[in-house]
Amino acid sequence: MQLLSVFAQRIGYAIVLLIAVIIFNFILLNLVPGDIAETIAGEAGGASPELMEQIRQSYGLDRPFHVQLFSYVARVMQGDLGTSYYFNVPVIELILSRVGPTLLLVTTALLIAIITGTLLGVVAAQNPNGLFSHLVTILALVGFSAPVFWTAFMLMVLFVSILDILPLTGMVNPTTPEGTLQWYLEVAHHLILPAFSLASIYIAQYSRLARASMMDILGSDYIRTARAKGLSQRKVIYKHGLRNAVIPVITIAGLQFSYIFSGAVVIETVFNWPGLGTLALDAILRADTPTIMGILFFSAVVVIVFNLLTDLACRIVDPRIRSARNA
Amino acid sequence: MASQSASVSEVRDGKTKVEVERPIVEFLRMYVRNMAAVVAFFVFMIIILAAVFLPMFVAVDPFEIVWLPITPPGQEGFLLGTDNLGRSMAVQILYGARTSLAVGGAAAAITLVIGLLIGSLAGYYRGWVDEVLMRVTEFFQVLPPLLLSMVLVALFSPTLETVVFAIGVVSWTGVARLARAEFMRIRELEYVKAARSIGSKDGRIIWRVILPNALPPLIVTAALTVGAAILFEAALSFLGLSDPNVMSWGKIMGDNRDYLLEAPWTVIFPGLAIFVTVLTINLIGDGLNDAFNPKLRER
Amino acid sequence: MHKDRNSPLLEVNDLQVEFKTRRGIARVLDGIDFSLGAGETLGIVGESGCGKSITALSIMGLVPQPPGRVAGGTIKLKGEDLLSVDERRMRAVRGNEVSMIFQEPMTSLNPVYTVGNQIAETVLEHEGLSRRDAMDRATEMLRAVKIPAPEQRVREYPHQLSGGMRQRVMIAMALACRPQVLIADEPTTALDVTVQAQVFDLLKELQEDTGTTIILITHDMGAIAEMADRVAVMYAGRIIEAGSAADILQDPRHPYTQGLISCVPHLVSDPPVQRPTLLEIPGVVPPLTELGKGCAFEPRCGSRMPRCVREKPASYETGPEHKTACWLADAEAST
Repeated sequence: MQLLSVFAQRIGYAIVLLIAVIIFNFILLNLVPGDIAETIAGEAGGASPELMEQIRQSYGLDRPFHVQLFSYVARVMQGDLGTSYYFNVPVIELILSRVGPTLLLVTTALLIAIITGTLLGVVAAQNPNGLFSHLVTILALVGFSAPVFWTAFMLMVLFVSILDILPLTGMVNPTTPEGTLQWYLEVAHHLILPAFSLASIYIAQYSRLARASMMDILGSDYIRTARAKGLSQRKVIYKHGLRNAVIPVITIAGLQFSYIFSGAVVIETVFNWPGLGTLALDAILRADTPTIMGILFFSAVVVIVFNLLTDLACRIVDPRIRSARNA
Repeated sequence: MASQSASVSEVRDGKTKVEVERPIVEFLRMYVRNMAAVVAFFVFMIIILAAVFLPMFVAVDPFEIVWLPITPPGQEGFLLGTDNLGRSMAVQILYGARTSLAVGGAAAAITLVIGLLIGSLAGYYRGWVDEVLMRVTEFFQVLPPLLLSMVLVALFSPTLETVVFAIGVVSWTGVARLARAEFMRIRELEYVKAARSIGSKDGRIIWRVILPNALPPLIVTAALTVGAAILFEAALSFLGLSDPNVMSWGKIMGDNRDYLLEAPWTVIFPGLAIFVTVLTINLIGDGLNDAFNPKLRER
Repeated sequence: MHKDRNSPLLEVNDLQVEFKTRRGIARVLDGIDFSLGAGETLGIVGESGCGKSITALSIMGLVPQPPGRVAGGTIKLKGEDLLSVDERRMRAVRGNEVSMIFQEPMTSLNPVYTVGNQIAETVLEHEGLSRRDAMDRATEMLRAVKIPAPEQRVREYPHQLSGGMRQRVMIAMALACRPQVLIADEPTTALDVTVQAQVFDLLKELQEDTGTTIILITHDMGAIAEMADRVAVMYAGRIIEAGSAADILQDPRHPYTQGLISCVPHLVSDPPVQRPTLLEIPGVVPPLTELGKGCAFEPRCGSRMPRCVREKPASYETGPEHKTACWLADAEAST
């Protein structure tokens, strides 16, 4: 019940944030030098005066600024993100057709990063001066410093060019019927490289974070208590240590989600993954403004939803937050 | 151990003359204990010097086609080979270094200025100022930074100035949070209370009293911010969202990405350049961190 | 109380523990000797850093190594030397035959598990009960340590309990497997004074019910007076005086013990003698890496003699079962 009221609050705040994003988008459009109708029409509208007129009408560009703003916010809140003049379909349809692959990629990468990163850090912390611990530290530095698309290319060279065990790009063979086992297997096979490439930065960060927090935890009083109970080292580490060590990792993962989403844009481009990132880049290259602004708005929605989810995960893992805040 | 190590040098006239080691010397002493950071510093210096001076001695324009496309490294006198258009990889990377470093540095500067300004005001004034500024920060954390900067570059013009601005404007939230936390911590310390009690102006307290004490973590963050900005610029130009008339590391990779399997060097070398540069910067950041927090090092 | 002096339950002999520090090897424990019968309570007193807690951790086999190392001696539980058994056997001893409660109830419980889970865990580990029975035992233990509404508390998390409650949970956890020896390392230091008394009363009561031997580590002479049958006073890694609680409190022989007792108001005699000021012992415990060859207390001692700088004092019988490691005692013995 408490959890519910906290969540109601969070959702209320999320809606306020989204309205702010819409207003921001609108102001951004108005800041672009030149005729706003032309900006919206982009390449597609360059020639046709009828289209320009249609845009002026539908955006109400002849009305005062605050009226335009209000009707823009109202429309977006109802899910009307305008029409793509390049693809010639409503933007929301375009986005919904691409959001699945992006979510699949991002979620997989996030889980890989949290699980692998935490485990590497936890193992390294048990022998902070050992070889493994140094390897994890080096891995963290490398993962942190390499551009994600370069990491992706290196993995491609290794697993596609040299070992030849993974597909180069794409998500699935277009002739495979959707929903069959074959289709799922193909998607999974195609997902491995992009997901690990995207996860690489965060494996690096989280292993470093988990290592530091686990080292603190190992010196804590409750670990001593667990030892004094006669528990095995394994139980001490994986029951009493791990759960505490994962808390800061999940917290950070939530805070960073917008960065992970950013990384997905690049990774999708590298792997030709048919998600929002490739759509965004296509839209930008075609100057398809309604689609661009729609994706910007929609990605904010995704980030907010993931923030809520990680917040929920934190509350489940850490009972202190569950009752401490909003008591 | 001791951050202010003092040594009694001589006793004269019944007075003890204490010679306090200058902080900068102490700082350097701690820094050089981190070997990786020392090496990184010299490598970084070499990279900067090469980026600044070497292009002066190269008579070739980076966009100029000099030989057959896809010449492997080492052949025909091309140290790093040629790309898919027959342009010299080595020359491109050399010129690219200028762009990457300059754009990265400038974008990091903007990031730091915005972050510091917002963070310091929020942390110092707290209350509604903090509330408002933190809401703004949260707002910017909701928009994927790369996507937002792509949109900015696309809506405005793809020039280096836009890129610098687009990176700076989306990356400052982390710096702001850190600065805010530091300012909140330091403003409660005795010497700040003392400064306030003697009636110092807010501006003076913020910039002359608190800021110098908040500098250590901010300097470390500044180093990391430069590294992140270089990576950011690389991603933008890789995606083709930068000035098409200026060579940069990300652009080289973007131009050649379809030739990865036939000519891997055209993608691997520029990536390596980014990696090594950012790695050295991060190692320098580590070294600075160790030098500022000698106690943490002993863990 | 069931006291059986003939075959001691726990016997510590010449225990030596070293710690590697950056300034060199520190001999943290140097020749610790004591033995305890079933149902007895031994109080170990001394200032922070004197080795009280390391003594406890040595018995538990929990001295952090590195940097620590048990360099010599024996710790016999019913004749079995705990220093030479393997880790597997030692785990079966911990929390089962010998258990321990710590100083910091606020941080000694894992924040992410319910207290019931944490108590039941011990039982599950050592007695192989079903999860359900273990949880029942946990509730029962909470009732035994007088926590109100145990059925409800058992499902709560540590942060929902007060410090006193948490320490009761720690006691419940430590006693869940009915250990023969309970080590309580400053169990009340972090608690309010009123709660301290409750915790001691509880410990005494539980001891009467179960016949557990207690080692109470404290720097509080008041706690010793209330709880202990026998007392060992530690200074810089050695036991400098040991004897029955009554003896030590009324007739302390070592200048350090005398100092400790005079630090506490109205403890020595009842009705209280009027004391002009509360005394304190000047100086601090010397770093263990810098102990000279003489008595470690010498620099702070009011009755120091030239001999104290040169030689470590031997231990002298200064009464029935009362030993004192001080050259003053030698002087007394020879006159």
